[in-house]
Amino acid sequence: MKSRNKAAAVSLVVLATAGCATVASMDTQVQSMMTASFRDQGIAKVDRLQQDRSNAECSKAAATGKALPDALAKSIEAENLKAVKLPSNGVFLGDWKVGERIAQSGRGMTWTDASTASKDNGGNCYNCHQISKAEISFGTIGPSLYNYGKIRGVTDPANPAAKPIVEYTWQKIMNAKAFNACSDMPRFAHMLDEGQVRDVMALLLDPKSPVNQ
Amino acid sequence: MRCLKPLLLASATLLAAFTGAQAVAQAKSAADGIAEYRKMLEDGNPAELFEAKGEDLWKQKRGPKNASLQACDLGKGPGVVKGAFVELPRYFADTNRVQDLESRLVTCMATLQGFNADDIAKTAFGRGEQNNVTALATYVATASRGMPFNLPQAHEQEKRSFEMGKRAFFFRGGSHDFACASCHASDGKRIRLQDLPNLTNNPGDGVGFAAWPAYRVSNGQMWGMQLRLNDCFRQQRFPYPGFGSEVTMALSTYMGVNAKGAKSAAPTIKR
Repeated sequence: MKSRNKAAAVSLVVLATAGCATVASMDTQVQSMMTASFRDQGIAKVDRLQQDRSNAECSKAAATGKALPDALAKSIEAENLKAVKLPSNGVFLGDWKVGERIAQSGRGMTWTDASTASKDNGGNCYNCHQISKAEISFGTIGPSLYNYGKIRGVTDPANPAAKPIVEYTWQKIMNAKAFNACSDMPRFAHMLDEGQVRDVMALLLDPKSPVNQ
Repeated sequence: MRCLKPLLLASATLLAAFTGAQAVAQAKSAADGIAEYRKMLEDGNPAELFEAKGEDLWKQKRGPKNASLQACDLGKGPGVVKGAFVELPRYFADTNRVQDLESRLVTCMATLQGFNADDIAKTAFGRGEQNNVTALATYVATASRGMPFNLPQAHEQEKRSFEMGKRAFFFRGGSHDFACASCHASDGKRIRLQDLPNLTNNPGDGVGFAAWPAYRVSNGQMWGMQLRLNDCFRQQRFPYPGFGSEVTMALSTYMGVNAKGAKSAAPTIKR
């Protein structure tokens, strides 16, 4: 009995090791395929293939059709939340009209774009979300954001009562992976500046924005 | 070739008609409008010009060796064109790798005609011999129109290519954390008004992998799958994928195997 257990334990170890070895070598093969297949072009350099923990874990999990283990998801979310900076001047909302232009623009960061400067980047928002009612050309990958502030009861974004939703929205735009480790939404801290995010915030939360009519 | 003029005239007229009808089309779903537009153009798809050019190129003696491509083995034996497209990418023993249609055509241009394969791979899309590769691909694909995709998966490298393609499909990276899967892993989604095929399973006859090469009306260009993937990666904010690189073979194998049974509609016409 004792030796049978021991044998079983050994075979388990062997199995586990073999499993790890297979997975590790597949990861290595994927990395070498990506490295060998791409080259720098303009502003789009091969360093964009280097994955952080969120992208690496979420890619692997999605390819195997599995969700991330809870603990791993939580730790990735915490790591991303920690990276978010709240507005340096304490102001969360800018001009919704400028925000609408940023939301409309899908420009930036491709190898045909001239620079990586945030002023040259759009938010791509309408590509995936319904936002204002007037724009009928909107994507459906993300949820509708029409009436975003109104639905959440934001009548005065400066009122302390609105603070939790205002802060959450800022954090969500800057880094969606802070709340959903494998969110499809880009982390806009990677391509927009604080001023641009303020304007997009206003589009969503300003009671005067067409989004909240 | 013979109906070049009327065909282009018809396209121009239909294009104008479409622009005028846009307001009306918006009342229906955008997809309906686009489908109607494609239907109107079906009898005059400019892809036919590329197909005709490709057929000429296939038969013509060209290159340093002054030879035609008629002995080219696209997977079903030397010179067999019909049915080859719907079984690509596949493993080729002579090159010892999995190749898609365009990469295989370049191999034949090198071995049979004496062209320099590296030079062609480095040539920009729409220039020089790359233009000829696109025309040849259009010709070969057209010969399999209506046939169901049935990629071989018996060889070890073909199986590996599928697995690597799956990993590449879900690989997130770049400034925006995008993967192919960000847009193409669920049903019924769209970017702006553009419907997105779910490429993780069989998206149906003539959709996704079964729709390319295609003629793009918006820029008047004929695009093969290599350029289709290249532009996907551009929009994904990835660096530049090499022509015929492993990631492009792997992704095509993944999409092609997933599309098993879907009938090829290539060459199609796109916005």
